[in-house]
Amino acid sequence: MDSLINLLVAAVLAGTPLLFGTLGEILTEKSGNLNLGVEGIMFMGGVAGLAGAYYYERAVQSPSGVLALIIAVVCAFLCGAFGSLIYSLLTVTLRANQNVTGLALTIFGTGFANFFGEVMANRSESGYAAVGDTVKAAFAGIHIPGLSDIPVLGRLLFSYNILVYLGVAVALVLAWFLRHSRKGLSLRAVGESPQTADAAGINVTRYKYAATCIGGGICGIGGMYIVMVTCGGIWVHDCVGGKGWIAVALVIFAMWSPARALLGSLVFGALSIMRLYVPLGIPTQLYDTFPYVATVLVLIFVSLRRRRENQPPTSLGVPYFREDR
Amino acid sequence: MTENAKAVQREPLVRIVKRGEISAKKAWLIRALAALGAVLTGALLILALGHNPVAVYGQMVVGAVGSKIALVETIKIAIPLLGAAIAIAPAFKMKFWNIGAEGQIMAGAIAASYFALFYSQSLPRPLLLAVMMAAALAAGALWGVIPALFKAKWGTNETLFTLMLNYIILGFEQYLQNGPWKRPSSGGFPKIAMFDEAARLPRLFGVHIGWIFVLLLVVGMTIYLRRSKQGYEIAVVGESERTARYAGMNVSRIIVRTMLISGAIAGLVGFLQVSGANYTLTENTAGGIGFTAITVAWLAKLNPVVMVFIAALLAILQKGSGRIQTEFLIPASAAEVLTGIILFFMLGCEFFINYRLVLRGKEQKHG
Repeated sequence: MDSLINLLVAAVLAGTPLLFGTLGEILTEKSGNLNLGVEGIMFMGGVAGLAGAYYYERAVQSPSGVLALIIAVVCAFLCGAFGSLIYSLLTVTLRANQNVTGLALTIFGTGFANFFGEVMANRSESGYAAVGDTVKAAFAGIHIPGLSDIPVLGRLLFSYNILVYLGVAVALVLAWFLRHSRKGLSLRAVGESPQTADAAGINVTRYKYAATCIGGGICGIGGMYIVMVTCGGIWVHDCVGGKGWIAVALVIFAMWSPARALLGSLVFGALSIMRLYVPLGIPTQLYDTFPYVATVLVLIFVSLRRRRENQPPTSLGVPYFREDR
Repeated sequence: MTENAKAVQREPLVRIVKRGEISAKKAWLIRALAALGAVLTGALLILALGHNPVAVYGQMVVGAVGSKIALVETIKIAIPLLGAAIAIAPAFKMKFWNIGAEGQIMAGAIAASYFALFYSQSLPRPLLLAVMMAAALAAGALWGVIPALFKAKWGTNETLFTLMLNYIILGFEQYLQNGPWKRPSSGGFPKIAMFDEAARLPRLFGVHIGWIFVLLLVVGMTIYLRRSKQGYEIAVVGESERTARYAGMNVSRIIVRTMLISGAIAGLVGFLQVSGANYTLTENTAGGIGFTAITVAWLAKLNPVVMVFIAALLAILQKGSGRIQTEFLIPASAAEVLTGIILFFMLGCEFFINYRLVLRGKEQKHG
């Protein structure tokens, strides 16, 4: 029982960066943009979040942990949105190929983050860019007197860091936004059939830009989580290491539903740390491929079933140029 | 008069019009300007870090091509990039987004390594190298054809399928490296043994003969895509699957066949990497080459001859950034940043080649 709880708690912690990445990409893909730059965007958000907290900490006498957290979130969001802005500018306005642009963004973002992470480290006295204990504490698990002390439930529900709850909140808001709001309906229309949306008076370009940039910002927070929580507030070379790509795959696993993204990131989080908790007698390295094998199976499964509600937005990856009709 | 003025006003400030024809000279001028823009943007970044851009760029070039040793290293970087870009070309021409070259390279490398590690004593050298190459071709083709089969049969998304296969084969390599293929004497640090002399590719002019292979591939792929019936079929499927079907082409077969070729060439690159460049198999044998090669192929507009130059350029960037790290303490990741910036500019400039902007009111003169 205890090890099961440990597994679940660890799965939630490991799944949260995936959740942010997945939610951001769902929002992006709902506009018809297949942004393969998630990996790069998460890198950018990661280094920007660290830089925000790090320089804030050094600029003031007695840094506040909460403020550092907020600064990190904002910086990560803005930098992720900036990466997506490049993507939007190229694919929406300048009509470049989405696949290639996304890959270019991944190359750029990976380089950008490792570059500035290293520059930060080189310029610090200690030789590495790390935040102090006060800031680190703000990214640690919370403790609500009473609630967190409930046996089992307290650990399962009230023991995580604040970003975990932020991720769940983003998922719920996004689910509501897509299904129940006017703007969400318009966005889905843009993703399904931009021609129709355009004819109905929806500004396709604006929706694509907004969804892609906000989505990129959310992905950026996921990258920041990896740096601040998983790595403990220090820049580690290549720290995102493929999680952005898993997020792209999770979008399919979740079949473009934010609610299912919650479940999906929990499952993939569990798959990624399961070897520490459930020994199956399989070599570690093969264990590590489980999330990817699972994704392939899901891909095949989705293409076999062809249920209407499980399908990607119809215009996904297809550029829309009004004049080309 | 007023009505006319109103109509003019309602027109947007800038309109986008597709160009009919553009002279090759003008197109290259636009591309050159974009490249210049990328270099200037990179210069701004270097300036922001407090360095002299001219000096940094200069050292980059010196570090990449300034000496014979450097030049050999740069060519060694360019060979797999070019090979993988050629591998990707037919798939991308077919609009089959094979971003799995990375994994196909690894599959080929693993297969070649198997024979290098376990048959180097029992086979004569030419035969050993031939077997390694054949194994790499087959393994790459196999790893490439799996997603193609699913795509042809059920329309399974190939972008993500090929991507996932990269990580699966990488995990398999790490397993081999940590387990069955681990060199016993390597102690705590898991490593695969270096290949015997017999399993290493010979050199010509100081570089392993992989460069001959890829140059032959450039010629072969150019002819295949431009002059052969199969190349034509690939182009038709890429333009419109429906058209291909109406024309009586077997689209499924073309997809599978093309991915066999694409994967096999990527597998060959894996063979060149282990047998020519590294003499062993590591988790970095593919090292992002499969991804960077996609941008090489795309920037070259899938033209194999142009790929030679793009691959050379990116190799110079990569090698040169090692130099500026030691000279100026600028992190070597600068290569990726600059590559990204160049890509952004080149991707963006295609727009100005395909379209022209018409300012408000200008069109009347033509009309």
